Amino acid sequence: MPHALATPDSYLTDFRTFETNLPDEGPDWIREVRQQALARFRELGFPTARRGNEKWKYTNVGPIADATFSYPFDAGAEVSLSDIRSVAPWDDGWATVVFVNGRYSPALSTIVALDGVQVTNLEEAVRADGDVIERHLARHATYEDDGFTALNTAFLRDGAFVHVPEGESLQSPLHLIFVTAEGAEPGVSYPRTLIVAGARSELTVIESYVSLSSSRYLTDAVTEIVVGDGAQVEHYKLLLESEGAFHVAVSRVHQGEDSVFSSTFYARGAAIARNDIQVLLDAPGSSCTLNGLYMTSGSQHIDNYINIEHAKPHGTSRLFYKGILDGESKAVFGGTVLVRPGADKTDAHQEDKNLLLSEKAEVASKPSLEIYADDVKCGHGATAGTIAEDAIFYMRSRGLDLETATAFLIKGFASGILDKVRVQPLRAFLEKLTTKALWGSRFGQAS
Amino acid sequence: MSARAGNHKGPLLEVRDLHAGVAEVEILKGLDLTVNLGEVHAIMGPNGSGKSTLANVLAGKPEYKVTAGEVIYEGSNLLKLTPDRRALDGIFLAFQYPVELPGVREREFMKTALDAIREHRGLEKLSVREFNKLFQEKIAQMEMSPDLVKRSVNEGFSGGEKKRNEILQLAVLEPKLALLDETDSGLDIDALKIVADGVNKLRGPSRAIVIVTHYQRILDYIKPDFVHVLIDGRIVRSGGPELALELEAKGYEWIKEAVESGERLSV
Amino acid sequence: MTTPTKTKVISRKTTDLDTDYKWGFVTDIESDLAPKGLNEEIIRLIVAKKNEPEWMLEWRLRAYRHWMKLNYEEPKWAKIHHPPIDFQDIYYYASPIKEKSPGSLDEVDPELVEAFNKLGIPIEEQKKLSGVAVDAVFDSVSIATTYKKTLEELGIIFCSVSEAVQKHPELIKKYLGSVVPYTDNFYASLNAAVFSDGTFAYIPPGVRCPMELMTYFRMNTEGTGQFERTLIIADEGSYVSYLEGCTAPMRKSNQLHAAVVELIALDNAEIKYSTLQNWYPGDKEGKGGVFNFVTKRGKAAGVNSKISWTQVETGSAITWKYPSVILQGDNSVGEFYSVALVNNYQQADTGTKMIHIGKDTKSTIVAKGISAGHGQNTYRGLVKIMPSATNARNFTRCDSLLIGDKCGAHTVPYIEVRNPTAQMEHEATTSKVSDDQLFYCMQRGISEEDAQHMIINGFCRGIFKELPFEFAMEASQLLKVSLEGAVG
Repeated sequence: MPHALATPDSYLTDFRTFETNLPDEGPDWIREVRQQALARFRELGFPTARRGNEKWKYTNVGPIADATFSYPFDAGAEVSLSDIRSVAPWDDGWATVVFVNGRYSPALSTIVALDGVQVTNLEEAVRADGDVIERHLARHATYEDDGFTALNTAFLRDGAFVHVPEGESLQSPLHLIFVTAEGAEPGVSYPRTLIVAGARSELTVIESYVSLSSSRYLTDAVTEIVVGDGAQVEHYKLLLESEGAFHVAVSRVHQGEDSVFSSTFYARGAAIARNDIQVLLDAPGSSCTLNGLYMTSGSQHIDNYINIEHAKPHGTSRLFYKGILDGESKAVFGGTVLVRPGADKTDAHQEDKNLLLSEKAEVASKPSLEIYADDVKCGHGATAGTIAEDAIFYMRSRGLDLETATAFLIKGFASGILDKVRVQPLRAFLEKLTTKALWGSRFGQAS
Repeated sequence: MSARAGNHKGPLLEVRDLHAGVAEVEILKGLDLTVNLGEVHAIMGPNGSGKSTLANVLAGKPEYKVTAGEVIYEGSNLLKLTPDRRALDGIFLAFQYPVELPGVREREFMKTALDAIREHRGLEKLSVREFNKLFQEKIAQMEMSPDLVKRSVNEGFSGGEKKRNEILQLAVLEPKLALLDETDSGLDIDALKIVADGVNKLRGPSRAIVIVTHYQRILDYIKPDFVHVLIDGRIVRSGGPELALELEAKGYEWIKEAVESGERLSV
Repeated sequence: MTTPTKTKVISRKTTDLDTDYKWGFVTDIESDLAPKGLNEEIIRLIVAKKNEPEWMLEWRLRAYRHWMKLNYEEPKWAKIHHPPIDFQDIYYYASPIKEKSPGSLDEVDPELVEAFNKLGIPIEEQKKLSGVAVDAVFDSVSIATTYKKTLEELGIIFCSVSEAVQKHPELIKKYLGSVVPYTDNFYASLNAAVFSDGTFAYIPPGVRCPMELMTYFRMNTEGTGQFERTLIIADEGSYVSYLEGCTAPMRKSNQLHAAVVELIALDNAEIKYSTLQNWYPGDKEGKGGVFNFVTKRGKAAGVNSKISWTQVETGSAITWKYPSVILQGDNSVGEFYSVALVNNYQQADTGTKMIHIGKDTKSTIVAKGISAGHGQNTYRGLVKIMPSATNARNFTRCDSLLIGDKCGAHTVPYIEVRNPTAQMEHEATTSKVSDDQLFYCMQRGISEEDAQHMIINGFCRGIFKELPFEFAMEASQLLKVSLEGAVG
């Protein structure tokens, strides 16, 4: 593995320009946070897969470290709503917040009646310096040990801020769209999202990363989600970046007592994608469900790094990820279920299943358990393999051709995740996308 | 070893004003019961009346707490004894939900238990050969598969096999007081006959049997000497085998109503 | 050249140590000790002592120079913690015998014979274990090998590695370091540089070894490192079952054990390798104990070959070992069955690697971890399916049992699949002995302690059945003794 510790000089230059251009208003603490994060990034640089770095064991970020990305990322790009609707799920009933190349676009956003829920651009929210922001922003996604988070935090400006007050609930889903438009040269954006769901509140939120560009660019995203006591948050993340894109995202979830968090991750795109989710069940009785479906082809590389930390008793977690791999693509699954001392009656299960459709596709899976409490029920499973030949034979003997039979089985494999998508228009969109992927490109060609 | 065996005169088991429950919830609310050697008792009652609680309290299941009353077994206080000591003294519980012990072979399990019980009774341990012979006899009697000995205790058993296995263990360990907790549930009629046969063979002057059941069906095959009706943690009526038939015909509602109207009958 | 000083090592009674380890006695014996520390001189000295040929010296020196380049940087990825090891404060050569190897047992110090008797491993011809040929290794040196004659008649070579270097240099040259090269890892490099003895076995084509071969390792002298090296070659169509057992006296200081085991199975050959590891685990406060950093690997080189590892690990303060199989031959089979138990302050990071290269290769991994006291137990295992391994199969099952709330159980599988026809499955569970299970057993008259033992034994049964019968009984006893005080 080559060392990926590139001199982050260009990022330092970018930062000086960025800081100079920032408006004067806003609290001091955010400046300090940015500066500390930058300092930390200077020390950490980009992660390497060198000896002992288990977090990045199977992913080489050399191509990201070696490339140069311009910042700010071509803010003048022309994007229309119909452009976005051609690549992202859409429903007229959803409140939609759009960011283009990392910058908030008021013109494209439609924030309809929001039942007392606050949805704003993060920059405005920070300027107003609410107590909620200071208490949570950059507190859950710590940049101490992660270069990408540090870099995102250093460039923290635009992004989504969602606050559902105690007892309130948002009736229809909120859609956050981060769209990358064609720029003059490869650029980088630093999307940032903070979602705070107060006690006993309810929220469904969709985070979509879509692309109108076919060129190479970097999305370095950080999302923080706070699920208050008894709150219920349903989170969907769609990674639909261009095939040349690099997407590195960190999501940090903090759960209160008896809270329920569910996450569904859907990925189809990006040359290198990293999906790093960490859920902290920090109070008794909380539960989380993390589902994921990723489809890769060509020379794509996806790394799902999912950590669940049970810190208090009576927590439940379910992790269920599935991958469909074609071409010379590679999928990595890593992550740990950690049960802290005293977190008795924890019930945790994680599972990663992979379907390999081509001879050159590769899987590296490392689903770990780290358990320090004795009264627990924990398990994990992982499988990798190709499509069952007897099932294919069975279907062909009923008159289906090979391609149809194969597609049926792959769809069946994917439906285990897609069937759990509870937002109907979103499920329809994802099913269509999956079918298209299976029938188009090289999917369904396996024998 | 127990020196009490044989010396004790009077009832085998006396339950007096027993109050007990789980996690602060009182389930038994003043239960009285007397059982002598040689007798077969049936305790009947609707779901939630406290039947299984009684069986588990007598066997000493740790999460059941006794809050008042006493249980005298062979003349001394049973409640201070650990579950294994009660088993050594001759109490056997046929579990409603027998527990799986992965990797622990049935033969090894029964041999260990029988060795401990025989030692406690002042008897020689059986040799491996003697034990195998005895065990195979009992397995044949219960019409179970001979390869049972090699299987893990209750692991992968069907519901009916588990229940039969409980009676097999009862036959091997030959206790003084056998408590059968819903042994008939989950058994088809053929299996029920085999189980009942097994129990009937064990009837005799040196043993007492307490059958806890919701339905009267098993009592067609094991004739009780006494039938008790347990409702809301108390025995509200006692009688002979005819009481079971009456219950079967009229249901529990009839007795409940009688109890609620303040009538408390016993024979 | 430095000449070793002959030292009378006076053993101290170690009864002040708080432990139930019953193998903890010390044998008073005159030891031939090289000075502490490691340099090229020491390696030359070991070579001279053992009268090894020039090519061995060169190989050892290459290993040493490679190790020096690692700059005392031990592997860091395992989930273990220990104070730094001063590699210059260790005796790299300790021999309990005179200048020359004894020609017959009569020349062996009776103290030594008695020591092995005490361990239940009699080496005298008239008392020897029936059906088991034993190579007894004391500190760095092989003391005696039983049943040599019987085996020789079948063409089986069973002797110390030192003897094999003298008598069978062609086999040593061909196979030593062929599975675990001296560059493999930090401890394997160190071992190649300084290993003093170990067991060598060669089973000729078509021969089914009629008895178990066994090596018993005894670490005695304080401050010594034990660096044995085992090499077993099963030629075409042969079969051998090999056992290894080990104990050490109780010492307040930690002792380093860095062994290397290499197995080679040629076409249609099978090697079954069983270990009962019972090195001194340290006392109840975690003082003392053996650092057991071992590299074990087999190459299923031939078609239809099979290598099977079974281990019961109850000893050592720290265990770091991953008995692995390279499945090179088509249709070859690799197996790993393991019970690892930690109690008090013991740490274990153990598992396996199954590297599938040949077509239609199959591997099975069953690992059972038991954690008690403040013990930390990690299963770490790699299953790697290479592009060439068409139709490879793997099944992995890891179960952990926790006893008490101060210990930890961790499962870290690495699964790398590079061929779509592979089928691999990994399952893991973590649980404790349930109250319902205990109550059920106690209701049948079994005491709580016996019930615990019975359930834990049941948990390990799938592993114990892979062991030869006598070993299985001993393993069960070891578990019971190791868990005393942890249960209840």
